[in-house]
Amino acid sequence: MQTPESSLAEHPFLKDLNPRLITFLAGCALSTQFHKNQFIFREGEEANYFYIILDGKVAIELFAPERGSITIQTIGEGEVLGWSWLIPPHRWRFDARAIESTRAIALDGRCLRSKCEEDHELGYEVLKRFASVITSRLEATRLQLLDVYGAHV
Amino acid sequence: MINNIPEPMTPNVFRINKKYKETHDTFTIELEPTQGTDEFFFSPGQFNMLYVFGVGEAPISISGDPKNPKTLKHTIRVVGTVTKAMYRLKRGEVLGVRGPFGSHWPSENAVGKDVIIIAGGIGLAPLRPVVYQLISQREKYRKVVLLYGARTPEDILYTYDLEQWQRRFDIEIKITVDAAAENWRGDVGVVTTLIRKISFDPSHMIGMICGPEIMMRFTVAELQNCGVGKENIFLSMERNMRCGIGFCGHCQFGPVFVCKEGPVFNYECIENFFGTREI
Repeated sequence: MQTPESSLAEHPFLKDLNPRLITFLAGCALSTQFHKNQFIFREGEEANYFYIILDGKVAIELFAPERGSITIQTIGEGEVLGWSWLIPPHRWRFDARAIESTRAIALDGRCLRSKCEEDHELGYEVLKRFASVITSRLEATRLQLLDVYGAHV
Repeated sequence: MINNIPEPMTPNVFRINKKYKETHDTFTIELEPTQGTDEFFFSPGQFNMLYVFGVGEAPISISGDPKNPKTLKHTIRVVGTVTKAMYRLKRGEVLGVRGPFGSHWPSENAVGKDVIIIAGGIGLAPLRPVVYQLISQREKYRKVVLLYGARTPEDILYTYDLEQWQRRFDIEIKITVDAAAENWRGDVGVVTTLIRKISFDPSHMIGMICGPEIMMRFTVAELQNCGVGKENIFLSMERNMRCGIGFCGHCQFGPVFVCKEGPVFNYECIENFFGTREI
């Protein structure tokens, strides 16, 4: 049977992480499931968790008056959702909605922040991994902004 | 590959047999010759010079099935004077065709390997023939994956083909769009993000890429991050092709001519000047 600890150890986000730190992380972890169309979090709410996605698909959305909800990005198996738990003021900047039934490991941000303060090796590993995710998302967003498929004549 | 075309500068007259819209700014025409043989043989990845009489010529990739030489298909995006004139042509009207020109996708190098096809926007048009080809000889290849990125769900080309291919169990199709409303159930994000979502053997694969140059640059970088060697990456370049046979020099791309040595290049052959601003 899969435990949060074994799911964390197998997830690409935590690949090659020291097993001691996996065990440490598992202390803040909880298995969770979201049904289709369920909001995982909403813009402005306190960001107390982040999610290691095991399967399913989540849309990151922004609501614009008169345009409705606009999907900015989708996240699925093998990816990680949310970094606002890490950065003050710890509030979500976007909505996240499961667009398919989604299984995830929720990691308690408050618990993890205090563990990262206690154990700087863990803190550095977590920051390194999030820096990589943030960099690739920033790169992808820049490409999206370029509107490369638009007619540029 | 250079075709042995007897009169490469003389257009043959073809009649528009069918014309239909693909998206708000793209359409497909099906052509039949008005004289000579009724078959048009080409290799996937090659292009024709299409001539709207009295207006001008434009290089357009062949987007049909190479196994069906009786129907010559071109998918065209309405962006300039010539393509606007093509869009105004009606069924039964004629245009000039020179070709086929240029190199082709290396499906012969892909036998026994994973084949990852990555298309962006209208870049799916020159790749569709190779998908048809791979499917028709499916047993020759290992995993076949098509990753396709479009601007919005409304800009997705060949929806009928994509649905047919998605129903097959021997080809994996992943589609993403750059922007979508909440009713879109597929992926949102740039096409490069799909590469990490598939599994393939980086040491035993062939990557075929076509799309805007900037998209191809990031795609090549992502494939290389996944361990794919440059000798296994092929891309289709676009330049200002005019003569189609490497005489006029309009499509010079560093030391090569895109119309003659290309449009399909091995990345290893062009990496030194691919992405160079001055070229």
